[in-house]
Amino acid sequence: MNTKKKTVEYGKYGYLFALPFFIIFLIFQLYPLIQTFADSLVFSKKNGRNVVNTIGLGNFTEYCFGQAGGGELWHALAVTVVLWLLNFVPQIIFSLFLAAWFTDVKYKLRAAGAYKVIMYMPNIITAATIAVLFYSLFNTNGSLTLIFKGLGFIEKNVDILDAGWSSLLIIAFIQFWMWYGNTMIVMCAGILGINPALYEAAEVDGANSMQMFFQITLPLLKPIIQFTLVTSAIGGLQMYDIPYLFNSGGPIVKLSNGTSINSTTTVVMLIKKYVNNGPTQNYGRAAGYSVVLFVVTLTVSLLFYWLTSPKKEKPEKEAAATVEKKK
Amino acid sequence: MDNTKSTLPKVDMEQDGGKFNGTKLFRNIVCIVLCFLSIFPFFIMLINSTLDSATIVSGLHFLPGDKFIRNFNSLMEGGAKTSGVNVLQAMLNSLCITVPAVALQIYFGSLTAYAVTAYKFKLRNFLWGFIYAIMMIPGQVSIVGFIKVTQLTHLYGTIWPMIIPAIAAPTTVYFMKQYMETGFSLEIVEAARIDGSSEFRTFNRIVLPLLKPAMATQAIFAFVGSWNNLYTPSIILATARDKMTMPMFVEALKANDKERDWGQIYCGLFITVLPLLVMYFALSRYIVGGVALGGVKE
Repeated sequence: MNTKKKTVEYGKYGYLFALPFFIIFLIFQLYPLIQTFADSLVFSKKNGRNVVNTIGLGNFTEYCFGQAGGGELWHALAVTVVLWLLNFVPQIIFSLFLAAWFTDVKYKLRAAGAYKVIMYMPNIITAATIAVLFYSLFNTNGSLTLIFKGLGFIEKNVDILDAGWSSLLIIAFIQFWMWYGNTMIVMCAGILGINPALYEAAEVDGANSMQMFFQITLPLLKPIIQFTLVTSAIGGLQMYDIPYLFNSGGPIVKLSNGTSINSTTTVVMLIKKYVNNGPTQNYGRAAGYSVVLFVVTLTVSLLFYWLTSPKKEKPEKEAAATVEKKK
Repeated sequence: MDNTKSTLPKVDMEQDGGKFNGTKLFRNIVCIVLCFLSIFPFFIMLINSTLDSATIVSGLHFLPGDKFIRNFNSLMEGGAKTSGVNVLQAMLNSLCITVPAVALQIYFGSLTAYAVTAYKFKLRNFLWGFIYAIMMIPGQVSIVGFIKVTQLTHLYGTIWPMIIPAIAAPTTVYFMKQYMETGFSLEIVEAARIDGSSEFRTFNRIVLPLLKPAMATQAIFAFVGSWNNLYTPSIILATARDKMTMPMFVEALKANDKERDWGQIYCGLFITVLPLLVMYFALSRYIVGGVALGGVKE
């Protein structure tokens, strides 16, 4: 490649062409992030009719970790993590098996292409619409509620949306249902990028398809699985549309210590609650929660990154390369 | 793009061609059940959009009724009463945001990717690493600051905060860079230089046309991302109800707590889903291929 040498004098165009991206990034992404951190240090407290602002860690000591917040942030964080786990674990298992089936040359599924297209479909539909659709199907008179009652799966006088656990499970199912097709397609691409000679050699050695899956496919897919894990965890922690529009963060359940809490309210829903115009508006509190969410997101992604790559330094580049290889 | 080809159903001449095969049967059954799950909720939605509310709450129906027009009319009137915007206006509003946002995202994404691929400069690796790193920062955590910026720039309550930031979309840069590295040779740029073409002109006239396949794939995902976005518009346009987008309309559809007209709700959902389904089945090959290429995740 001699392009390297020749383009040296053109270097300034590199800066010039990348400039719009970085200007917009600074104004609309970096500055807002810094401003959010700064706002988290402004603590507003109602003093009679006036609102008194003090600079300090009040939002953290009072709302995030203290009594004034009533533990809502930690509860929301727990709900978010549970929702993510409940959808990610089945998602990755289903995607891996389906991807292995769709790329299996021994038992070729004729309709694999059509299956992929249909399984991916929910991912493209507006999450807001899907949440309201499932709400319509599962409310007291919802079409699916009526079937379940008819089949005797649930009692006649029970409302699915009034129980915390059933709301949680349905939201996790919606997330799974929307995303396993996407993960499956990524895994298929990853498997197609694995050198077929490895499978041929294994077959000569008498390995069965189970052994090939666990000994060849899975280890070589590790970078892609890791990439999926990190992006899914980051996305999952920001979950908002589905829990908000499915059951408005509810139902409210009473804990054993007497406090009432919204059983499907996620962290981003809390942040939204405090930036909304109205009586609950409190930018400092929203910013405090944002900072906690940012730190949690960062920690979780770095942790997964570390845990799953003990030796390699930049596995995500490999993941990209493996996906790319099949071209 | 071998993958897109292999996703097409084709008649296979495998060794086990006509014979009964238990493994194959089991796999097909699992896949058919999953496909049924993907379609069934939309099927009920379609049927219910043609029924009246009383019929819908009486049980599950598999045959369409004749109330679609009635539902559609009450949706148009009801929407105008509660939010001032009906479903078609909301979709038009979404289009006014999505089209310019996609155009900016694709153009500047390609330009930035070209900058860090074609030119050698001191900060190149740093800038590229930076773009890669910010891909991991979710926008939701900086919403408080984002509101402040839109207020400072007097863009709060306008559609611009959903359009302008599309210029800095790291996922698009990432995808375009990958494409440039594998699918295209920089020698043509050298040739253009010898012919005296300016750098900017070379990019617009020679590089961009060569990126068309990648741009098309990215445009689909950028479109879907912008079109489906609820969070940012519902905050920035909270006080500008006339600019309500399609997902905000869906939110309002549910929030309407009085006497629920389910026929109207299902009809509204159906109308918001329809364009996406049409687009998806027309472009599914490219979309599935695009997901496989980029591992695109929102």
